[in-house]
Amino acid sequence: MTIGASTVKKQGPDARELAPELCVRLHDLMLRARLLEERLITMYRQGDGYFWIGGPGEEAFSVPLGLLVDKGQGIHHDYLHLHYRASGTLLALGADPVDSMRQMKNTATDPYSRGRNFASHYTARKWNVAPVSSPIEVQYSIAPGTAMAQRKPGCKGITVVTGGDAGTAEGDFATCLVWSSRKGSELPILIIVTNNQYGISTPYAGQHGEARISDRGKPFGMETATIDGNDVETAYHGVKRAIDYVRTERKPYLLEVMVSRLYGHSSASGANFVKDEDDCLARFERRLEERKILTRAVMDEQRAKITQEFLEASKRVREEPQPEPHQIWEHVFATKNLVGGEA
Amino acid sequence: MATMVQAIRMALHVGESRLGVTDIFGEDVGPPLGGAFTATQNLDTAWNSPLDERGIVGVAIGLALAGAKPVCEIQFCDYAFNTIDLLKIAGNTHWACAGDWNVPLVMMTPVGAGIRGSIYHSHSFDAQATRIPGWKIVMPSNPLDAYGLMLSAIVDPNPVMFLKPKALLRVKAKAGERLPGEPDDDKLLAKMIDTPVSPAERAKWKPQWPELQEHYVPIGKAKVARPGSHVTVVTYGRNVPMALAAADELAAEGVDAEILDLRSLHPYDWDAIRESVKKTHRVLCVNEDTEVTNFGEHILRRVTEELFYELYAPPTLLAGAHVPGIGLADALEHASVPTKEKIRAAISELARHEP
Repeated sequence: MTIGASTVKKQGPDARELAPELCVRLHDLMLRARLLEERLITMYRQGDGYFWIGGPGEEAFSVPLGLLVDKGQGIHHDYLHLHYRASGTLLALGADPVDSMRQMKNTATDPYSRGRNFASHYTARKWNVAPVSSPIEVQYSIAPGTAMAQRKPGCKGITVVTGGDAGTAEGDFATCLVWSSRKGSELPILIIVTNNQYGISTPYAGQHGEARISDRGKPFGMETATIDGNDVETAYHGVKRAIDYVRTERKPYLLEVMVSRLYGHSSASGANFVKDEDDCLARFERRLEERKILTRAVMDEQRAKITQEFLEASKRVREEPQPEPHQIWEHVFATKNLVGGEA
Repeated sequence: MATMVQAIRMALHVGESRLGVTDIFGEDVGPPLGGAFTATQNLDTAWNSPLDERGIVGVAIGLALAGAKPVCEIQFCDYAFNTIDLLKIAGNTHWACAGDWNVPLVMMTPVGAGIRGSIYHSHSFDAQATRIPGWKIVMPSNPLDAYGLMLSAIVDPNPVMFLKPKALLRVKAKAGERLPGEPDDDKLLAKMIDTPVSPAERAKWKPQWPELQEHYVPIGKAKVARPGSHVTVVTYGRNVPMALAAADELAAEGVDAEILDLRSLHPYDWDAIRESVKKTHRVLCVNEDTEVTNFGEHILRRVTEELFYELYAPPTLLAGAHVPGIGLADALEHASVPTKEKIRAAISELARHEP
């Protein structure tokens, strides 16, 4: 069984064109996210990092998500429980791409983990981005907790959790469905599954019997949708519709987003460009040309400029200090209740 | 005098009414049951969760990240084993994100044998728990310490695991160990805070909480439960009263054992252990988790490395048999875990050991 992105039709409200200014902004962020991942892969290949994992191929979904959430700290803003393919979301929130390179190079200046964690393992308490951890799907057991805290009367903040299709085999996905949909205790949570049709090396059909992952929300009474995440207009409208529903109705929504995996699972599988996958950025650039929003020449120039900018940044990062051995003892225990408001 | 389960309940009441506890939850934790052992009866913020241990721990982490103050329960620690990678996340979050977030939650769970609980209601968790860095682990041996450790756990900015020795939950405090604010009359206390059994009485009944004062047992501080000069017994939880009883019997034979109630397994009070061992020169660790890769082995390793020349006898561990479970029959359970008689024999042998 194949669930190709092309089988998900673009119709109705998803076909609405986005305003030219928004398209330019989306394109800039998608391009930056893609070039950042490609820079991180190059850093890995050149020995400036031990492992790469990321989200090239998910930008048409991940960038709109970052632009559409209510960014901020605390329950009145949106919580993000992301997996390790979320660079586009972080850049859209306003993260500095150089910081991703610092984490790749495991420098002492890496603001996400001070050289402790893999690339794309983001955290940003100032924006409610919960720490990304390597085990797949655990975030689906944790996310209902922040959503539960957002059931307070008058609270407009919601919780968003993302992960991959293969991870839905874990019990944590069932946990998320059960805890989010209890009658009278429904949670304001947007449960997103990005479906790239692979679990590391295992194709979709090898681990799924269900036609659509989003169908799994139906017995729980959830609103559900499957959208083409390779089409930025569709993804933007689909994510916005889901966020608006959760924010207004204070109920869960299960959104399956069909995406591509353009460089394989991680550096463990080579991190080589996969030619036969649908490339959301190339598709969007063709559309921008058709709509005469940007010309090929302008986009090529922009690509060259950002590529050079990231190359130079990676060279600077290479010279930044590595953590000291004694720093393993830092942050074993918290001395302040930061999440409780202590500064 | 309050029982340990009443003391825990009163600590949780203080927690939710004064210390910011927002959610006390787990399987059967809310009404009507109020916990398998009644530790959460009549609490305003107690609620029943789905029967999903991973969900319980995950949601507690999420609530904590969102600034709430959860106290979650795994009904028996035997059912916490499928939560271990979430426990790891609770323990490693602050470190992994280099201090960006902290995870202030309390997880409580009944542990150990002593209620004829058979294979899946008799497990210990201290060896597993102390293998998960980033957690503070406490285990009381009496109601007053249970009250004080729970209050300390609630105000701590880290994940704290509160191991409840289930065999002691219904044991009353000894004279002189009254909770601050607890009424003098035990029957009155029961009337005030224990839900009546009969449904008719229950319908019109409301708890009357005593005017309790806060009392904090610092995490990381052991207590000398019995001073002595011949042998140091390092123990915690259910084995403390058994070690005390064994020591009292041995006193008649001229053996003077010091019983150190660790109270906190991590961080543990190395200063107290060192001081005691330097005084007695003989050390016995007692706990009921299985003996291979046992927390007591760590204590003994450190004693051996750092206090080797202080020792007059081999440092000794008395722990649970390394068998897959605790059998139901009396003979099987007693053969699997330390008993007063085994503790007494071990102390006696150490005291009489000649180099």
